[in-house]
Parts: sequence; C-alpha cells; structure tokens
Amino acid sequence: MTTVAAPPSTTTEPEETPPSRRRKRWLGEHPLGLLLSTPYLLFIGLIFAYPIVFSVWMSFQDYFFAAPGAVVERPFVGFDNYVAIVQDPAVWRSFGNVGIFLLINVPLTVGLSLLLATALDRVVHARTFFRVSYYVPYVTASVAVVAVWLFLFSQNGLVNQLLGPLEPEPSWLVNSALAMPTIALFVTWKGLGFYILLYLAALQNVGKELYESASVDGAGAVRKFFSVTVPGVRPATVLVFLLATITGANLFTEPYLLTGGGGPNGASTSPVLLMYQKGIEQGNPDVASALGVILIIFVLIISWVQYRFLGGRES
Amino acid sequence: MRRRMMMTAVAATGLLALTACTGGGGDDGGEEGRGDITIWYSNNAAEIAWGEQMVEAWNAEHPDEQIKAQEIPAGASSEEVIGAAITAGNAPCLVYNTSPAAVPQFQKQGGLVNLSEFDDGDGYITERSGDVADQYRSADGDFYQMPWKSNPVMIFYNKAMFAQAGLDPENPPLATYDEFLETARTLVSSGASQFAINPAPTSEFFQSWFDFYPLYAAQSDGTLLVEDGAATFDDENGTAVAEFWATLYSEGLAGKEQYQGDAFADGVSAMSIVGPWAISVYGDDVDWGAVPVPTQDGTAPEETYTFSDAKNIGMFTACENQATAWDVLKFSTSEEQDGVWLEETGQMPLRQNLTDAYAEYFEANPAYQQFGDQAARTVEVPNVPNSIEIWQTFRDGYSNSVIFGEEPVADFLTDAATEIDELAQG
Repeated sequence: MTTVAAPPSTTTEPEETPPSRRRKRWLGEHPLGLLLSTPYLLFIGLIFAYPIVFSVWMSFQDYFFAAPGAVVERPFVGFDNYVAIVQDPAVWRSFGNVGIFLLINVPLTVGLSLLLATALDRVVHARTFFRVSYYVPYVTASVAVVAVWLFLFSQNGLVNQLLGPLEPEPSWLVNSALAMPTIALFVTWKGLGFYILLYLAALQNVGKELYESASVDGAGAVRKFFSVTVPGVRPATVLVFLLATITGANLFTEPYLLTGGGGPNGASTSPVLLMYQKGIEQGNPDVASALGVILIIFVLIISWVQYRFLGGRES
Repeated sequence: MRRRMMMTAVAATGLLALTACTGGGGDDGGEEGRGDITIWYSNNAAEIAWGEQMVEAWNAEHPDEQIKAQEIPAGASSEEVIGAAITAGNAPCLVYNTSPAAVPQFQKQGGLVNLSEFDDGDGYITERSGDVADQYRSADGDFYQMPWKSNPVMIFYNKAMFAQAGLDPENPPLATYDEFLETARTLVSSGASQFAINPAPTSEFFQSWFDFYPLYAAQSDGTLLVEDGAATFDDENGTAVAEFWATLYSEGLAGKEQYQGDAFADGVSAMSIVGPWAISVYGDDVDWGAVPVPTQDGTAPEETYTFSDAKNIGMFTACENQATAWDVLKFSTSEEQDGVWLEETGQMPLRQNLTDAYAEYFEANPAYQQFGDQAARTVEVPNVPNSIEIWQTFRDGYSNSVIFGEEPVADFLTDAATEIDELAQG
C-alpha cells in the first residue's frame, strides 16, 4: 500500500493587494483603451442593450405607450403576450413566410455571390465597371429600386409581356404562392453586391500556389472551384450564411412596398411587418415585443445551427 | 462598498425624482392656461392655404396668444406621428388632421383633452354639428375630438368611357347591385376600360373605408361596423355587400393588384370611390359625374348613407395653454372660417344645415351640391377600443375571402365578427 504525503497546508493570510494593483485590475492593463472605447460602449448600451432589455421587460407587462405624466396601469401579465402570439395564426403564417423566404434567399445569395465573385476576380477588362454594377442595387434605397420591380412584375409588367400566355394567374405579387418567392428574388438581387465584396476579399486570401498545384495535377476549372475556392473561402461562406439569414429574418421594407402591406391575403407578411402593425399601428407594443423576442430566439437558433453545421467553429 | 452603492442609488433616485418634478410641469397651464400655442395642419396645398389665413386672422387679433403653425411632420401616417408625439410629450395643442379611428388609442394613451370638460364644450360641438356629432362621442359619452370636416364618398365615373361603352353618361345605371354589375361588365367587355372600378386591394387597415364600408353604410341605412360593443356586419346586409364586391373581383371587373398611381385619373378604371376633394383634383382632366354608392335594391339619393372619411381636431394634453387652444378651436370652426374652408378645399365642414348655411357657395359650385347633401348622411368609424386592430382584422378577412376568393363570404363574416366582438370589449 502506497501512501502519498499530503502537500503542506497553506494557512497563511492572503496578502493585501496594493492600491495601484487594485486600480489596474479594475481599469485593465491599458486604462486609455477603456477611455477610448467608452463612447462606443455607451452607444452600444443606449442604442442596443437598453432597448432590448426594455423590450423583454415590456413583453411581460400589459404595456402601451402613454403621455408623460398620464396615470396608466401597466400590470405584470406573465406570459400572456406570448400566449397571444402563439395563438395568433397570422404569426405562424408570418414565420412560415419568412421560412420560405430564407429557403430561397440564403442558398441563392451564397451560391450566386460566390460564383459571381469568382468570375469577377478573374475579369481583366472593365473590372471596376462590373463590380460597381453589382454593387449599385445594394447602395440604392429599397424604395427606389422597388419601383423597377413593380414595373417588371406587375400584371401588365415587362415579365408578363415576355411570358405571354405563360404568365401566372393571378400575377406574381398578388399570387399567394409566388409573392414571397418574388420578394426573395428581389432581396437576393439587391443584396448581392455586398456579399460579392465579402467573397472578393476572401478570395484574395486563397493561395495562388494551390491553384497552380491543382493545375499541375490536371484539375479543370470546375474541379479547382470545388476543391480549392470553396474550401478556401469557407469562413466567408459562414459569414454570408449568417448575415443573409439575419437580414432575411428582419425583412420589412420589401413586402411593405412590393405587396402593399403584406398581401395578398397575408402571404407576404413577415414577423417584423406584423410587429410594426401590432406595435405602432395598433398600439400594442407589449405583444409586438413578445413577437420580437420570439423572432430573436428564432434567428439565434437558425444561426447557431448554420454555424454548427457549416463548420464555423473550426474556421 | 455596499454603503457606497446604497448612497449612489439614493442619489440617483433623488435625481430622477427631481427630474420628474421639473419635467412634469407644475406650471399654471392646463384648461385655464393662456398664451401662445402650436398647431399642426395637413400638408396638402389647399389645407395649408386655409391654415395660413386662419392663423393670420387669429394672430392679428390676439397679440398675447399667438398661434405658431406648421404642417404635420412627415411619417408613414399622421396617426403614427401623433402617437409618437403623445408619447414623447411634445404633441402640439391642436392637430387639424386627427383620424377618428385613432382617437380611442390616443385617449387610452392619456394624450387627448376631454373637450366636454370645457364649460361650453358639449354645447358648442352639438350645436355646430347636430346629430352627426354623437358618432364622435367616446365610450364615456364625452368628446375627445372636435368633429371638423368630412369627405362623404360617392361613385365618380368617367362620362367619356361610359359613352364609349354605349352607356348613358348622364343617367348611368348604377343604383342597384345588378345594374352596377351589368354596367361594369359592359365597360370592361367593350374595351372602354381595363377595370370598371379599382379600389386599392392592399392590406392596410383603412382600405375597407373605400370599398366595403361605404356600401355597407348605404345598404344598412347608416349602421356602423360595430354598435353596442358588437359587430353588426354578419347579417344579410354585410353578406350582400361582400358578395357584390366578390363578384366584381372574381369576374375581373376590379383589379386584385395595387395600381401605382391613380387608376381613375389614368383611365385604367372607369369609376372610383372618392370624396369631394377629387373635384378639384380631377377638374378638367376627366369629364366626370358622381352618383351615390349603390345598394342591393336601389335607394333614393336623398336617403343614401355613405362613409364620412372625416378628419377631426384633437386637443392634446401636452398643451399648456388649453384655454387659448379651445378659443382657437372655436374660432377655426366658426361659420366664417368653415366658409373659407369650403371655398379653399371643397371639403365639407361637419356643420348641420350645411347647404343652407352656405347656399351661395353651393349655388355657384353645383358640383359640390350633392356632396353637401350627402354630408348629412354619413357614418363614421366606430369609436370603440382597439379600433385600428378591429379594422385590420376585418381587412385581413376581407382580403382573403372577397378579393382573393379563398374563403366563403359567410365564413369570413362570421369569423371576423367573432374576433371583432372580442376586440371591441377592450
């Protein structure tokens, strides 16, 4: 039987920390850094953190906006607002709508922006012209470019005129089955420039020697794309997936403008559009807050799943 | 450490309390307050012209109680702008563009002054507007809005298109649903117009005020959407109106898609549902006529009701000089100012015996005469809790059933009525 001697016990009192070290512990190694980042921290706190915390608090009250000094009651109602949201078919439909949107928009965004970025990376002539061409829709206000799409996809629009007898009935934006896909196409087209820029930056980091090695091994353009480019830009792909999902889940302007407030028949109503209706138009910010909290959880779950399965952690 | 935190908390609480005291007023304003006031008015040219002369006239006579006026700030809708101003505590004294549908919400927010609490409040309002005023009383029986002006909606029609379709442009057959539908079919099948009529088929809560509601008011002899806390439309009148519109949509006589622009002005539709503001807008560009909205079996014009499309004046609790505001409110709705309003805008002051009071104007402007007559038979949106949510609920069901035909009309009416009954209870 082996016995192990216990380590000598340390019963001495801890030394008192000197004031200068205590201050350093509070302010960090570089107090100036804290000072310089204070405005940003304040900005984050006031513009993001406070409203989010307030919104969560509001979702548990019978809350409405009131005049300063008005005597109103805003009792705690527990999960009542959440129950109201869960029981509202319009909410389920809006999440279904945004699900359809994401299923179309996210893969298209990732696929097209990677393909176009790869092509643009190899363009020799008029490179700036092509890059600006893809970027212009992104920097143009949605309100302005929506008019172009209305011109294209209205009943008497250019697309239907080209399609002739093949035009859908009812037309694109008033067709329950086609309204959301049309919006998804619009948003994909509009945001493409931004994601192409992300991929163009990522492509600069893919070593040229890898392409040369692949060429030496006899790989063609397609093989090089899938074996060198795609793995090489994986961190950017994860980012594009996440950004497209988060942006898509916050969809508001496009259904509001393209389909006149979520029509036809609620087929293009997004959760954020519903929040606007309930919170601002109908004066129920408590219910709208509950919907917002559910939306945040929904986005976090989807983003986490994407991050997990796309290998974000490794990259 | 704990002691220091406690002291900080106490100091912060004290500071907040102090701030609350200084921000809460404590001055001698309120209902007795006199002095300068701010007002907002609508941002269309005719209303601005009226507002400017009204302010000038008042300011010339009241050097110590001046009006500072401005157009209502831009926003998605005036209701949202006013709601935000109430919450922020910077609403003006008076807003000459207050939608009756938003009044219950503003009242709940504690944003509106109870006009009935002025000594002559109730008396002045009822004397000016007569029985019509009762529609604008809140649930407690008091007035939180001054009934101001209406735009009783009627059917405008394009005489040239009717003539092109072989219809009599001076006596168009539009009185009954059968006549209206037959006329609509003729207009479209003849190629005179793409659509017979084209109200906005979009989902905003207020769109039903310009398709279903005027016809329901006419069909039901002036019944509101909600009366005595319950929906009224799930009956034979509501069914008749909804079926009428459903027929127009299903036969392609009305468009299911939002038109970018004014379909009537652009000649895309031969008819439109609009108020008298349209007279000056269409003016000489369209050779137009106007008739009351149809009913199932036809109703005499002098008995036909319609939707008022009114805008009223709200006085807001943020106002410090409410006594001045009340005087301004009465001045701006006086017989003289209402006359100028009529001249400038062509919209109808909510004043009893309107056509008699301004007989000369209506004689000189016969186009407005029938709108003046119609102004006495209008229905308003019901002044009930959750008003806007009620209209959104109705619109969603209407869109689903009547416009897109995805649910039987009877089911829509019953489902919407059940939901609205619950919402109207507050």
